[in-house]
Amino acid sequence: MRSLFLALALIAAGIVTGLAPAWAVLPDEILDDPVLEVRARELSQEIRCLVCQNQDIDSSNADLARDLRILVRERLVAGDSDDDVKAFLVARYGDFVLFNPPVKPTTYLLWFGPALIVLFGAGAVVAYFTRRRRRHIEPTPLSAAERQRLERLLSDSETAEPGPR
Amino acid sequence: MNWKYILPVALFAGIATALAVGLTLEPGKIPSVMLDKPTPEFDLPPVMGRERGLASDELKGEVRLVNFFASWCVACRAEHPLLNRLTEDGLVPVYGINYKDRPEDARAWLDRLGDPYVRSGADIPGRVGIDWGVYGLPETFIIDRNGRIRYRRAGQIDQQTLDQTIRPLIRELSQ
Repeated sequence: MRSLFLALALIAAGIVTGLAPAWAVLPDEILDDPVLEVRARELSQEIRCLVCQNQDIDSSNADLARDLRILVRERLVAGDSDDDVKAFLVARYGDFVLFNPPVKPTTYLLWFGPALIVLFGAGAVVAYFTRRRRRHIEPTPLSAAERQRLERLLSDSETAEPGPR
Repeated sequence: MNWKYILPVALFAGIATALAVGLTLEPGKIPSVMLDKPTPEFDLPPVMGRERGLASDELKGEVRLVNFFASWCVACRAEHPLLNRLTEDGLVPVYGINYKDRPEDARAWLDRLGDPYVRSGADIPGRVGIDWGVYGLPETFIIDRNGRIRYRRAGQIDQQTLDQTIRPLIRELSQ
């Protein structure tokens, strides 16, 4: 029982640690102005660390991430808007430095593609079902020989034993 | 020609082609957005042991190579003999920017391995690197006569890149 309890405690500790947000901001980077610091943190989470490429600069320990964090804070202190800071970085590193690709002609397919495919699929489904309903087939009348065969089959089945329900 | 049968095949062919092309792409290699733009303005102090640094207005007038390097960078060490040979051959003048390095380390490194740079500048805080869009070392840029960036190689230069891409481009830009 004790080992079970220990195991559960370890798992719980692991989950709690995993839920804690990772951040790499060092004390000497933190701005004095709390409003600007919050803006810096939020901005940083939208900026890709180009060394690791799957992390934002807020959580990456890479040297470049730290340099970019400091740069972002410097520009905020100098009075840049969020868009100005992003434009500054995009001018040097390209759109890839932002985690949210901008909506422009080269990314229209990326942004609207899935919606277009869903629309296309839905359209195909609708077309299929409406076409089926519209196709009304007139049954061809039975010939005399076929009518006789049908009656014979029906009377045969009445005398046959009922099948399993 | 029954559309019912052609459409799914065409759709599949389209998606398969897109995915096949995607397999050949390397999203990790970020293309430089500085191509065809003038070099960023900078004015760097000399690397320790040298008298003159490097400034952006010295990068006009002829085709040059600008190489970002550091003593802590293993790939720079690997590509260094190639740069030494380039300078010996006299193909193109090579300029260096020492990125985020310790002055004594940089001097010792160049003393030990040879200094292929006509001139080099020390970018200790790394801001000039950010202005050039540098995200790792080594990075090498080809600058044309008008001071515009025409080519960027992220990663060490190997003989193949040198022969197939860099030499032809320098020849073309020198005409």
